[in-house]
Amino acid sequence: MRLIRTPRAAAFCAAALLLTTACGSSGSGGSSATGLHPPALKAPAELGRTEGRVNLIAWAGYVEDGSNDPGADWVSGFEKRTGCQVRSKVAASSDEMVKLMKTGAYDAVSASGDASLRLIASGDAAPVNTGLVPNYKDVFEGLKHGAWNSVDGRMYGIPHGRGANLLMYDTAKVTPAPTSWSAVFDDAARHKGHVTAYDSPIYIADAALYLKARRPELGIKNPYALDRKQFDAAVALLKRQNEYVGEYWSDYLKEVSAFKSGDSVVGTTWQVIANLAASEGAKVKALVPKEGSTGWSDTWMVSSKAKHPNCAYKWLDWIVSPKVNAQVAEYFGEAPANSRACAETTDKNFCAVYHAADEDYWQKIAFWNTPIEQCLDGRRDVTCVPYAEWVRAWTEIKG
Amino acid sequence: MRTEAGRYPGRRLAAILRRRPRLRLTLLLTAPLLWLTVLYLGSLTVLFVSAFWTTDSFTSQVVKVWSTDNFHALLTTPVHRQVVLRSVVVALAVTVLCAVLAFPVAFYTARVAPPRRRPLLVAAILTPLWASYLVKVYAWRLILSEGGLADWMLAPFGLRGPGYGLPATVLTLTYLWLPYMILPLHTALEQVPDGLLDASADLGARPGRTFRSVVLPLVLPSAAAGSVFTFSLSLGDYITVQIVGGKTQLIGNLVYSHIDLDLPMAAALGTVPVAVIVLYLLAIRRTGALDNL
Repeated sequence: MRLIRTPRAAAFCAAALLLTTACGSSGSGGSSATGLHPPALKAPAELGRTEGRVNLIAWAGYVEDGSNDPGADWVSGFEKRTGCQVRSKVAASSDEMVKLMKTGAYDAVSASGDASLRLIASGDAAPVNTGLVPNYKDVFEGLKHGAWNSVDGRMYGIPHGRGANLLMYDTAKVTPAPTSWSAVFDDAARHKGHVTAYDSPIYIADAALYLKARRPELGIKNPYALDRKQFDAAVALLKRQNEYVGEYWSDYLKEVSAFKSGDSVVGTTWQVIANLAASEGAKVKALVPKEGSTGWSDTWMVSSKAKHPNCAYKWLDWIVSPKVNAQVAEYFGEAPANSRACAETTDKNFCAVYHAADEDYWQKIAFWNTPIEQCLDGRRDVTCVPYAEWVRAWTEIKG
Repeated sequence: MRTEAGRYPGRRLAAILRRRPRLRLTLLLTAPLLWLTVLYLGSLTVLFVSAFWTTDSFTSQVVKVWSTDNFHALLTTPVHRQVVLRSVVVALAVTVLCAVLAFPVAFYTARVAPPRRRPLLVAAILTPLWASYLVKVYAWRLILSEGGLADWMLAPFGLRGPGYGLPATVLTLTYLWLPYMILPLHTALEQVPDGLLDASADLGARPGRTFRSVVLPLVLPSAAAGSVFTFSLSLGDYITVQIVGGKTQLIGNLVYSHIDLDLPMAAALGTVPVAVIVLYLLAIRRTGALDNL
């Protein structure tokens, strides 16, 4: 075993170990209290005067002031009510979010599971005093104290919303209706050239999730914790799949058009894409297959270097308030975090379609996480394949 | 009345400049030279230097430690070689297709069409450049889609459209960059003196011979200039292939996929098109095509 000499390496290992403990317990039962702790940061005990400004990092569609779509505006109301002028920066990826948060120029961020833990470990995100966020009490219990947003029972953010990566198929061309991910893996040959998949290295986890059920001898417990053998099996599966793939999608409008024209007939999707495609006349259905599914869960986190913490807390409360949470969930196409948001949606069926309150449904979802060398499933006898290699492998899979 | 006094300062400046040619030259060239060195060569240098740095695999932070790992990976990974080769082949195919398609069009607009109509025809060739790049590529996506315009038009012949993939990418890029090839060819053909063609005919050359021995040598430099546009634009493109390329990836897609997590690797990949274009220009220069530009 190599000796750790530099403080930098020590800090790295501490952070990595912390991640292990934080992610060790899957599901929503909270994290185990063993091992190391993130940098000792304090959440504010009470709020002071608002600073008149707040700087946010967000996914596209999360902070809308009506300039993109006149119908989508929940920033103006916030500014009027709190006097905090909002400046927001749209980030295109989790990695960009982490990079931006390190600059210290931002007060809050809407982090996905593959960014949030890195922010906690590096001390860029501070713990949140949920008592100062009145609307937090109405957040679904399944989203509180998740492995991706809390450490040792302390919340590091306010849940924003969640969604699953579904299997979508063309009901006319794919018969019988698929119930398993094998439709895009082992049985993909049936629709050669018309299979589609999400264009991101994190899609390797989808293959791992399928192998978890399909080949139990590999011993996959967590699709984000793959040792070399498991990883190679997933990559081999994806390379075979590549022969049958028509195109990979990352832009959701591209997938909608591919399903409408019939260029794609089966593949991964998001609920919002399935709805859009169906509303535009495509004969499609989307489901969570029997193996379960991957998904995302986003959390609003406050920077430890926030210059406008009071306005940031006001924003956290505002974005999960029932009406605004309903607006943003409908605009973006995901399940809202606030249980009372369901009464505020314009489409009264919205929460049922997105399974907002269906905890059994979310039990089947493996939320995005960052693969690191220390296996997230708690194994100590092997090292897992880190995300940087996932990226390289993804390039090779596409060829 | 504006007399000597009014113009005096300007005159004095002119006198100073006249006496000092070096100062004149400095004032003239400082701004463009700064632009060239700082913005253009400077960014290329930064690109090249950062290709030798490495990345911390956990934080994705760039570590400024000198290493040739990225170039080693670039040269030894089969997938990188394959993608580079594919990109060069696509760029060459687009260039050849553009040249083959552009010549008859340029010949018509420059020599056959009535002179009064020529400016109108040139304007018509330029009109696609007024529309947004994305609109045009998405239009091709619809044309090439399953049961789309291409399928419909080829159906009577028992054929199908190419679908999304490499042929679709070449086709779309050819459409996009065609005007850049037609324009230089049009200009060159317009300037070919009628007398030369008449002389060739008088001396008994058939049209084919005239084309090979008279027209082609005269327009070759312009074709080379056009090919620099079509080749370099195709080599750097990564959006068209994302929209109509199916699962194909080109060198630009590799750069894009590395940019967030591994900037040094993206930089190493980014030097490849630069090197290829330099080689291409050198090859073109050897043919002598750039001498009379």
